[in-house]
Amino acid sequence: MSWLSNALTSSIGRKIIMAVTGLFLCSFLVIHLIGNLQLFKNDGGQAFNVYSHFMGTNPVIRTIEWVLVAGFVFHIYESIMLTRRNKAARGPQGYVVNHNEQNSPWQSRNMGILGTIILIFLLIHLYNFFYRARFGDLDPDINNNDDLYTLVVSSFHQWWYVLLYVLAQIALAYHLIHGFKSAFQTLGLTHRKYTPFITYFGYAFSIIVCAGFAVMPLYFFFIK
Amino acid sequence: MAGSNPNAKPLNLTLKVWRQKNRNTNGQMVDYQVRDISQEMSFLEMLDVLNEDLLRKGEEPVAFDHDCREGICGSCNLFINGRAHGPEPGTTTCQLHMRKFNDGDTITIEPWRAEAFPVNKDLSVDRSAFDRIIQAGGYVSVNTGGVPDANEIPIPKSIADQAFDAATCIGCGACVAACKNASAMLFVSAKVSQLALLPQGQVERKQRVENMVAQMDKEGFGACTNIGSCAAECPVGISLENIAILNREFLAAKATSNNLA
Repeated sequence: MSWLSNALTSSIGRKIIMAVTGLFLCSFLVIHLIGNLQLFKNDGGQAFNVYSHFMGTNPVIRTIEWVLVAGFVFHIYESIMLTRRNKAARGPQGYVVNHNEQNSPWQSRNMGILGTIILIFLLIHLYNFFYRARFGDLDPDINNNDDLYTLVVSSFHQWWYVLLYVLAQIALAYHLIHGFKSAFQTLGLTHRKYTPFITYFGYAFSIIVCAGFAVMPLYFFFIK
Repeated sequence: MAGSNPNAKPLNLTLKVWRQKNRNTNGQMVDYQVRDISQEMSFLEMLDVLNEDLLRKGEEPVAFDHDCREGICGSCNLFINGRAHGPEPGTTTCQLHMRKFNDGDTITIEPWRAEAFPVNKDLSVDRSAFDRIIQAGGYVSVNTGGVPDANEIPIPKSIADQAFDAATCIGCGACVAACKNASAMLFVSAKVSQLALLPQGQVERKQRVENMVAQMDKEGFGACTNIGSCAAECPVGISLENIAILNREFLAAKATSNNLA
């Protein structure tokens, strides 16, 4: 199988892994967003707690969870390997004057910084909600499900936590604006009939998904 | 001459030029003054004036690459004011004219920067990495025989045009110079897609892309992150779509070729 490992560790092979895992993580964002919309149901969090109980116990979900972990691990690992290769390719002597802001968008040149912001957010987010839901001892709600809803509401009443969420979603939106269409380009999926649609869909996807996530902390902080 | 103005005021300029003795020494930026530069000069002619001044003073002239001086050879590679071939779109350095600058301007001139393009001297870089990539597969093997009849191999106009657009790549390396990752993928993709589109390129199609990408990686070029600086700076307007074609060709070749290495 050396041909396969050689292919996947080549410059294009690593890019392809970035693209595939990136699009897979986009599909996760959609599921996560749709599920979390239950926070807006005005029932004291019962529907949200039923949903989070399902997500935490269903064997199919628990299996896919590991695929999701692998998706994140490969996406991050390949980004480190590619960044190291690319830094080495640029060489130690940089340009004294370089105006690359005149030939490329900012977010496309700063995917690593945006990704790092998202990773830091992700670790805090996982600790606060995922870890405490799975391994902590949350009080039961009236249906005897773990009351994750109350934890969400109390978290989203802290201004710094809300700010962190909103900033992370802005970073994610910029990351996706470049990443979504870029993944199709890397996979060679370009066509004059479909590429314009993919580009516009990528913009809409990035903004709608990230705005959807950002609305949740803002809703609880300012309205609820 | 259309568009020229013989009465345009000559320019006095400050140049900040990268000077480096050879590959094994460190370089630095050195300031020079050039006076009475005609606005009708090309950028290279302005450098010729600088070199004549330096020679008169008994100093070492600035080494820079140039050959055809009509935008075809791809030799005149200078990173001018932070842009490959200067700020004008779709031009090589020899096609950049001094009327694009103002009297009193300071102009920064640096060589292409990439680990795979070592500096020979001053502004001259070694781009033989590109030659080695072409040697790895950027050709069609032809058994020489009688001259074939014209139009013996039918090629649709749209395909011929697309292949020709890719074939206009002059191998100057502006894509590498402008890329944050010093990636050569625009260059390699132009060569790969040009030949992949045409019937003559089919026989070696899979081994071509495999070998050229392997050589590209071996030379130490970076990986594309779809930033688009390359296509924006390309003097002949090679499209980013070629990189998508390269990725597609690579994926298909790796999945179906008989090469087990």
